[in-house]
Amino acid sequence: MSAVAANYDTLQGLGVEVISVSVDSQFVHKVWNDQELAKMVGKDIPFHMASDGPGNVGKIYGVYDEVAGVELRGRFLIDPDGVIQAMEVMTPPVGRQLSETIRQIKAFQHVRATKGAEVCPAGWTPGKKVLKPGPALVGNVWKEWNPNKDH
Amino acid sequence: MSNKKVGCARPIGAVVGEAPTQENQEEENVKESTMSIAKVGAKAPDFEAPAYYRGEFTSVKLSDYFGKWILLCFYPGDFTFV
Repeated sequence: MSAVAANYDTLQGLGVEVISVSVDSQFVHKVWNDQELAKMVGKDIPFHMASDGPGNVGKIYGVYDEVAGVELRGRFLIDPDGVIQAMEVMTPPVGRQLSETIRQIKAFQHVRATKGAEVCPAGWTPGKKVLKPGPALVGNVWKEWNPNKDH
Repeated sequence: MSNKKVGCARPIGAVVGEAPTQENQEEENVKESTMSIAKVGAKAPDFEAPAYYRGEFTSVKLSDYFGKWILLCFYPGDFTFV
């Protein structure tokens, strides 16, 4: 979570609000912030750290591990309509790559801004080639986009 | 986002719109059949949960942030290593 906090200004700049969730109480969240995270990030955690002790929220998001009684590393990107556009769920020992989350946010925001007229092929980052879905593109993507050149 | 009164019992979060858990088995079944599970392309299930936020004990409700982009991150636990 410290990586998310460290990138919070970038996320806010993209109009993204952050909520973190674990089974720990809000009291433990406070102590974790005070004793460790604030020292790692250089400031207090700037977003809500939610407490989901019984796993009620984790269960509906499919990330609650009933055996261990904890939540898996689940990341959900929700658009302004409240629709989940992306999710990533990992077992505990490997951390997230925030730059990939930010890339996906920019790509989904681009698609939304064009109302779906432009879509983002594999590895897209701002400035790279987008595709315009339609009858003319069917069977012709190979003319427009090359995985060796444009990826 | 008001500062919640902190009692001795540990407050818990809940899915918004869902009835509190009942002992009655029949009601349990109804609850499960109407509970929406998160999936991409579908509306994010709403919830409200106690939270720690900038020095305050408060609560957070997902739908309060609808209208903005939201990054919702679950993680295995405070003071874990990764």
